[in-house]
Amino acid sequence: MELILSLAIGVLAGSGIWLILRPRTFQVIMGLSLLSYAVNLFIFSMGRLNIGAAPIIDAGKAADPALYADPVPQALVLTAIVIGFATTALFLVVLLAARGLAGNDHVDGREANL
Amino acid sequence: MIDWSAHLPVLPIIIPLLAGACQLLLKDSRRRVRIGISLASVLAQLLVAVKLLLITSGIQASPWFGHIAVYLLGDWPAPFGIVMVADRLAAIMLTLNAVLGIATLVYATARWDRAGVHFHPLFQFLLMGINGAFLTGDLFNLFVFFEVLLAASYGLMLHGSGEARVTAGLHYIVTNLVASFLLLIAMALVYGVTGTLNMADLAVQAGRLAGPDRILFETAAAILGIAFLIKAAAWPLNFWLPNAYGSACAPVAAIFAIMTKVGIYALLRLGSLLLPTGAPAAFGGEWMFSLGLATLMFGIIGMLATQQTERLIGYCVISSSGTLLTALGMPGVTVTGPALFYLINSVLALGAFYLLIEMVERTRSFGADVLAISLEAFDLDDPESPDHSDDVVGVALPAAMAFLGMAFIACSLLVIGLPPLSGFVAKFSLLSAALQTSSADSPSLDTWLLVGAILVSGLAGIIALTRAGIRLFWSTEDAVTPRLSLSEAAPVAFLVLCCVGLAVWAGPVLAYLNDTALALDNPQSYIQAVLRQPAPLLQGGAP
Repeated sequence: MELILSLAIGVLAGSGIWLILRPRTFQVIMGLSLLSYAVNLFIFSMGRLNIGAAPIIDAGKAADPALYADPVPQALVLTAIVIGFATTALFLVVLLAARGLAGNDHVDGREANL
Repeated sequence: MIDWSAHLPVLPIIIPLLAGACQLLLKDSRRRVRIGISLASVLAQLLVAVKLLLITSGIQASPWFGHIAVYLLGDWPAPFGIVMVADRLAAIMLTLNAVLGIATLVYATARWDRAGVHFHPLFQFLLMGINGAFLTGDLFNLFVFFEVLLAASYGLMLHGSGEARVTAGLHYIVTNLVASFLLLIAMALVYGVTGTLNMADLAVQAGRLAGPDRILFETAAAILGIAFLIKAAAWPLNFWLPNAYGSACAPVAAIFAIMTKVGIYALLRLGSLLLPTGAPAAFGGEWMFSLGLATLMFGIIGMLATQQTERLIGYCVISSSGTLLTALGMPGVTVTGPALFYLINSVLALGAFYLLIEMVERTRSFGADVLAISLEAFDLDDPESPDHSDDVVGVALPAAMAFLGMAFIACSLLVIGLPPLSGFVAKFSLLSAALQTSSADSPSLDTWLLVGAILVSGLAGIIALTRAGIRLFWSTEDAVTPRLSLSEAAPVAFLVLCCVGLAVWAGPVLAYLNDTALALDNPQSYIQAVLRQPAPLLQGGAP
């Protein structure tokens, strides 16, 4: 499971970084989204990987922390998702405004002279 | 009966939050009410900040341990709940933010707040984010407040719209989003290794790490440092700054002058807490010193090379960041106090400068800056240019040009660091402290590098700002005498007078800042105040 998760984070982050470095604003926003998924998965994995463990204390089970998942990274991830979602939405608006004002979708507002 | 003074540390966040929320409920047409709420909010913030300043310096009695105001949200005990901490450094920064906030807000009411929607709520949320970043004692909340201030700054950056602003805003947003991701990665790693996000607890836990855990922690701290250095505009992470600050409208650029200092504050705060256990690379020592030097050099080259005045001030911001990073990268605590003095001075001066430049630009007929360069290049006669005096509201102030000229000279002196204003005091005390640090024998190479770099940056500032002044005031024949309203001239005068005050009371202020530096150098009291228990030995062995 560790291998799959780290591969997933790596692939998402790699694709995200590549896309951020591209010249089109749409590619940049896709890159930012992929990167935010990678970061969120990474935060989640910092609470250690558990199978079948809930982050809420169950009266029927013992009070041993090993039986439960760490709730803090889950709370952090939730906050990070919300903030990331809001900023991505804002970026989308700016992207559209830039497209409308500049007349093209290059990140510099004008096509590079090749 | 509620004891209101116990809630003091959280007020700098609550006040702008409530004010901004109330303003959102009002229509944009209820402008006077909005302005009233805004002014009341910043004045209240100033009062709270000054009160905190008095409490943390021990002048006023307080229930808190060691004069460090600690506020537990929901009264959860410290390492588990969220905590707000106001110590001397935080109180100073809060006061600085409130002073700059008042000046820029008054300036904005003259006309800029009508250039787009929701200026006032966004401004309040920006202040809230900045205050929160200064107050928080928790790493994750630092991220949250960074996001609050950035989200508001994105909106303010685009205020007034226009192609240049939107394009510059696009770059600004992408850079800061990537920086936020770095911050998140670092925080997750820190939590994964130490199991805590509370900064005071972190300082304790970090000392107990050994072996691979310690290496992982240092990696996390390095990523954290990179994120803060992006905010602090350190080279090579600062290419976004001149464009973004230069394109933003004047009051927004002025309040942005404190935003790079938030990054520096975060570096200083975490660096001071982690120092006893050996601060990781980005938080002090050689790395910060050399990065600061590179930033300073970049700022100097930019200052000399740039033609537009707004971008010139952007490079001044970068070189002030560079000076601060270099000074804070010096070993020992003697340089920190003067560096804080320099920080206060440069925030006030650069804020005033951004406000001033926008007024000065009005004296120039439309397109004059483009013409001036091409006229020089092609040796042409001045073509008749139509008079495009800006449509400014307000009373015409007599001797407006004289005021602008005097204010320009004052701001230049402050930024360059020439006598008689506080810029000189700041740079002079910085240099003398740097020479004192290695007083035992001859000053070290680092000291000479610092002294040399600061003097060269002063020289570059003189050249660049003199040239800008000549171009703005003397070389334009068809200068239009601008109409200034009082609410535009007063904030600039207020900020300059604050700097005059700093120069007059330089002795007590420096003594206070040196005490702050000493308190930073001894983070035990901070840790004890937050954790409400004597901190275990930091170098300690097994838990």
